[in-house]
Amino acid sequence: MIEIKNINKTFGDRQVVKDVSFTFHKGKTNLIIGESGCGKTTILKLMVGLHKADSGDILYDGQNFPKLTIIEQQNVRKKIGMLFQGGALFDSQTLEENVQFPLDMFTDLTKAEKLDRVNFCLEKVQLVGKNKLFPAELSGGMKKRAALARAIANNPSYLFCDEPNSGLDPKTSIVIDNLIKSLTEEFNITTIIVTHDMNSVIEIGENIMFVYKGENWWTGDKSQILKTKNQELFGFVFASEFMKQVLGTPK
Amino acid sequence: MVLQIYGNILVFLESKMNLFFHIGQYFMLLFMVFKKPQKFSIYLRQIIFEIDSIGISSLPIIVIISIFMGGIITIQSAHAIDSPLVPLYAVGFTTRESIMLEFSPTIVCLILAGKVGSNIASEIGAMRITEQIDALEIMGINSAGYLIFPKIAAAVFIFPFLIALSMFLGIFGGYLMGVSSGACTSYQYIYGIQAFFDPGKLYYSFTKVIVFAFIITSVSAYFGYNTRGGALEVGKSSTSAVVYSSVLILLFSLILTEIFINR
Repeated sequence: MIEIKNINKTFGDRQVVKDVSFTFHKGKTNLIIGESGCGKTTILKLMVGLHKADSGDILYDGQNFPKLTIIEQQNVRKKIGMLFQGGALFDSQTLEENVQFPLDMFTDLTKAEKLDRVNFCLEKVQLVGKNKLFPAELSGGMKKRAALARAIANNPSYLFCDEPNSGLDPKTSIVIDNLIKSLTEEFNITTIIVTHDMNSVIEIGENIMFVYKGENWWTGDKSQILKTKNQELFGFVFASEFMKQVLGTPK
Repeated sequence: MVLQIYGNILVFLESKMNLFFHIGQYFMLLFMVFKKPQKFSIYLRQIIFEIDSIGISSLPIIVIISIFMGGIITIQSAHAIDSPLVPLYAVGFTTRESIMLEFSPTIVCLILAGKVGSNIASEIGAMRITEQIDALEIMGINSAGYLIFPKIAAAVFIFPFLIALSMFLGIFGGYLMGVSSGACTSYQYIYGIQAFFDPGKLYYSFTKVIVFAFIITSVSAYFGYNTRGGALEVGKSSTSAVVYSSVLILLFSLILTEIFINR
């Protein structure tokens, strides 16, 4: 479980995260949703320590991450898997080497054991037999799946996904969403997904925080979101005529 | 008028502050680079890879430039020495001194700053903008150490060998041109390259090479590591890496020459 308490972040004179608090549950897909530029990726980067919060607490199973020493933070990070928007696979390494990388760095497994683990992860993301391909040879969806395989290679306790569906067609998006959900449930991971894709919200939104202008504006789950009376969230969910027709505009 | 002077002073101070900021950032990066490796076997594997990437791949350009420059220096020396009072073995002597003291350690390192420096800055810069460095950090890896230390170690190790080869090929190129053009005989050239040889000068040359190897890799890595933005900024980082490395090479060449030769 991860809890964030009253976190704030300012860039220059612009406050992009305002007093945000939320609890991300273990074994569930926790979504941070909101319009582009509302601060959701900043919240994610604050949580993993890529940005430093001006104030507030970020608790990983009770450990206050910003107050830990660098070594202690590195130990927490070893339990984190992250899926970046663009995949962030290492260009100079094959798919197998990419997935094996965290195992090389942090485990004492034998070569055969590492290969077994790599193949297991690739099988989970349906990329069996693609071991020797380089990232440049993969499609967008395959890159995301490969990055997901790398993220789960070292049995993470926490999985962060930054816009996992961006740039993907609806069918592949659903494959990625379901993959993340099944991995979350199977390995009992605390998964945090940043997205503005309504399909993902409807598909896998178990615990949702809606961020509006840097603030936690609304929390709930996918069933509650469709009945919302919150003006800003309503505008976000039912932004398109298509969504209104498909889901039916709530009264 | 007073306002203009005041404005100029402010601009000057701002540029100085910017310089101090970069120097501070550079040393902070070096502090991270030289932290204890998280897994030495991985670092060793990377060092071997970088020796190939930085060193072995630079061989063709070093071979070509050294042979041609050796030949050119010999012809120019022979052309300059037209007094009957100066013995012809001075052609070999001059070629050896020019190549050993300045051409191979400094000029070849300037060329390597262009090739290796731009390569390092663009590689690390591209990793930065595509979030690969963030991925390393989130895994709990000291990204500066993992990416930069092997490059510095590889360059400091392999550059002296490359420069030794450059010295040999330069002198050999001089021999080929000197003898084939009739500027001097084979005996005179070989006698010249052995005349008044001071092994201490090799110590000076190789000290320079090690310092330059460190400058090229660390400065280029600094610019790459601090790239922000997109492809345009990667290009700018690459250019800055070459420019600053070259200027620092010349500056340190001057300092080391003053220390070693004029001591």
